[in-house]
Amino acid sequence: MTKLVLDINNLVVSVGKKPKGANIIDGISIQVRERETLCLVGESGSGKSVTSLTTMGLLPKGTLVPTRGSIKLVGEEVLTATDRRLRQLRATQMAMIFQEPMTALNPVVPVGRQIDEVLRAHTDLDAKARKKRILDMMEQVRLPQVERIFASYPHRLSGGQRQRIMIAMALVLEPKLLIADEPTTALDVTTQKQILTLIRDLQRDHGTAVLFITHDMGVVAEIADRVAVMRQGRLVETGPLETVLRNPTMEYTRNLLASVPSLVPRQPREETREPIVLEANELSKIYKERAFFGKGREVVAADKVTLTLRKGRTLGIVGESGSGKSTVARCIVRLIDPTSGGVRLAGREIADISRRLLQPHRQKIQIVFQDPYRSLNPRVTVGESIAEGPINYGVAHPDAMKRARELLELVGLPADAVSRYPHQFSGGQRQRIAIARALALDPDVLVADEAVSALDVSVQAQVLELLDEIQKRLGIAILFITHDLRVAAQICDEVVVMQHGRVVEQGPAAEVLTHPKEAYTKALLDAAPGRNWDFANFRPVAEGVGATA
Amino acid sequence: MLGYLIRRVLAAVPVMGVVALFVFLLLRLTPGDPAAILAGDNATPERLERIRASLGLNEPLIVQFITWVNKLLHGDLGTSLISNLPVMKMIGQRVEPSISIALSTIVLAVIVAVPLGVIAAWKHGTWIDRFVMGLSVLGFSVPVFVVGYVLIEIFAIDLRWVPVQGFRSISNGFGPFFERIILPTCALSFIYIALIARMTRAAMLDVLGEDYVRTARAKGINEVAVMMRHALRNAAVPVITVIGTGFALLISGVVVTESVFNIPGIGRLTVDAVLARDYPVIQAMILLTSLIYVVVNLLIDVAYTLLDPRIRY
Repeated sequence: MTKLVLDINNLVVSVGKKPKGANIIDGISIQVRERETLCLVGESGSGKSVTSLTTMGLLPKGTLVPTRGSIKLVGEEVLTATDRRLRQLRATQMAMIFQEPMTALNPVVPVGRQIDEVLRAHTDLDAKARKKRILDMMEQVRLPQVERIFASYPHRLSGGQRQRIMIAMALVLEPKLLIADEPTTALDVTTQKQILTLIRDLQRDHGTAVLFITHDMGVVAEIADRVAVMRQGRLVETGPLETVLRNPTMEYTRNLLASVPSLVPRQPREETREPIVLEANELSKIYKERAFFGKGREVVAADKVTLTLRKGRTLGIVGESGSGKSTVARCIVRLIDPTSGGVRLAGREIADISRRLLQPHRQKIQIVFQDPYRSLNPRVTVGESIAEGPINYGVAHPDAMKRARELLELVGLPADAVSRYPHQFSGGQRQRIAIARALALDPDVLVADEAVSALDVSVQAQVLELLDEIQKRLGIAILFITHDLRVAAQICDEVVVMQHGRVVEQGPAAEVLTHPKEAYTKALLDAAPGRNWDFANFRPVAEGVGATA
Repeated sequence: MLGYLIRRVLAAVPVMGVVALFVFLLLRLTPGDPAAILAGDNATPERLERIRASLGLNEPLIVQFITWVNKLLHGDLGTSLISNLPVMKMIGQRVEPSISIALSTIVLAVIVAVPLGVIAAWKHGTWIDRFVMGLSVLGFSVPVFVVGYVLIEIFAIDLRWVPVQGFRSISNGFGPFFERIILPTCALSFIYIALIARMTRAAMLDVLGEDYVRTARAKGINEVAVMMRHALRNAAVPVITVIGTGFALLISGVVVTESVFNIPGIGRLTVDAVLARDYPVIQAMILLTSLIYVVVNLLIDVAYTLLDPRIRY
């Protein structure tokens, strides 16, 4: 039996110092051993991050307080440790990496010095020995040109490189425990794959125990030895990876797994002869940076993108960050003006007409944005938000409000929600409201820009279902922008794969996502975490193929 | 960096040009004969003609402007209508007290206010925080002259630690200079301490919520290092902005302070010139003030690039 590194026993974390505060963490017990990766899985609000911050002693002082239980790190109690002792333990015995590599590093200090700080705080090494050790560690996390990166500021590095720096910083003193809190969630799939491999390799070399926090079942399938499922501060189920994925004992775990969209595209729908509602023709967007003196810089965000969308169909644009997929969507909706090329909406060219002439056409194309927490005005009632569009187009206020009620019912919310404010709804409900708002103008085309990316899988599944249902009922065409191939596989009829502003490959979803022709599409599919697991059917994909063949 | 500096200095030239044009027109476009305005109500015709000739008012406007700018560039700001002394010389005599007070005020304000703001943010929500914020409200609401008179009453009249008023040049020794400048500095810095402390606290509170502060704590370094190395450096940009604009605004504060403490500085000079309609002096003061604004702004921008590597011009 390997050594027990982290032993959390019956931990309770409550709000505030008062004894009657609500429990955010309610009696969870988990163990992580040497060389083992425990994945702590759960949806937002399940308490997985609070658990990790409690372990590190990094809870915001006074707002969240551990009230019962114990956390033992290699046998030493952490909850009762002094601040001084906690500081000694951090980085030497336990270290943590965070979700957002873009903001986790201090922007005004070179990254090498930020790693150096760990060594200066915890060791007596001289400057030369410290630098040698840092460069060595930077090579271990497979950073190129370590000398140059050592002296670089964070904003010069990519997201993946920054996360490597964070990992180097965390592991430079060979801690016994590494806590990774959604370390790859903000990264592109190809980078995610590299980081996951890196964490696993380093763990093997150093014998580290890893507590890996994630909401992504795909990532779990890639990296976990054991899985602990959390929900609302309680532990639902723990077990070895295979057992949890194959034979989940709890209803919640089953539902969670069943909501994970499959990478295998859904049954293709029949080709239609319906009219084309949206066409983009060689659409380009070039951003020019003007300089006061000297030459400006040009960034090609979209390069000659051509696509067509028929009534009642869904076209997906997939790609990693910076691929230009959102730029294309925004040019099509004319939120930004394309530099060149054409957009035909229901037979009318709209790419270059003036804002005033565009106005009557705006109602034919509506957009739903990524973040439901920020895309609705917090000071306006839901009903007024939905009715605003129709009122702008001359509908009388009472009629528009009546329509708002109907739409709320259409998206599965109670009609009386019209008089409430956005903050009274959950993320999934808000995204339903955003969809209702978009539908209020009876558009021909609905543009969904990463519309389900911020949602938990179970909510995501519901919203996808809703979009599907609305499409069947109203015959609306959907332009679906996403970075998530699983989501694309489940909702799109056709897909366009973009990279660096260009279309790499396009065609029927079933074709492109199963038999990709281009190397980039292949790489994307290959990097999709958990591609070998068919979560909804509780078996590896290979077995499923065997069973149906 | 050097290229940037050169570009910025070059860009300041048109700004100063516009200011110069405005100052020039201020006098020429005032309704009526500038010479009559300059000479006052009881001027003799000979005096009027003399002024007209000395200002070159008989020449075309454009020629007058060029002549005036040319003189400016050679350091000739004209002659005071009241004292008949060259304006350059008058300012030169008065500049030391004002600059001394302005600089010592800003230095004192930064030394006191930044730590106050940092501590208030660090101990956010505690009595220390509330005490600092209360102090800052007081600093905002009490006018400079009130603070000045209170300080004089306590330290000069009751305790007799320092002289009541006046100024002694630093060339006469640091002691006399210091004991006369300390009260005006304290009086004037009051409001700047309030302003800068408040800004530092707000900027620090923003930064303390950032992910990299959490990262720093996760490294196990001590709180002082977290505050100074990680938080304060990132909070510095908005604080520097306030310090810079505060310095530019000091000029008006200096005027009041110099009156309260009877210090012969450029603030007093300006007030006297305005009251006496001594136009050449007023013109020179407007030019000088704008020059200070331009230079301070340039310094702020340079400070940005030094503090934040992401800012590049």
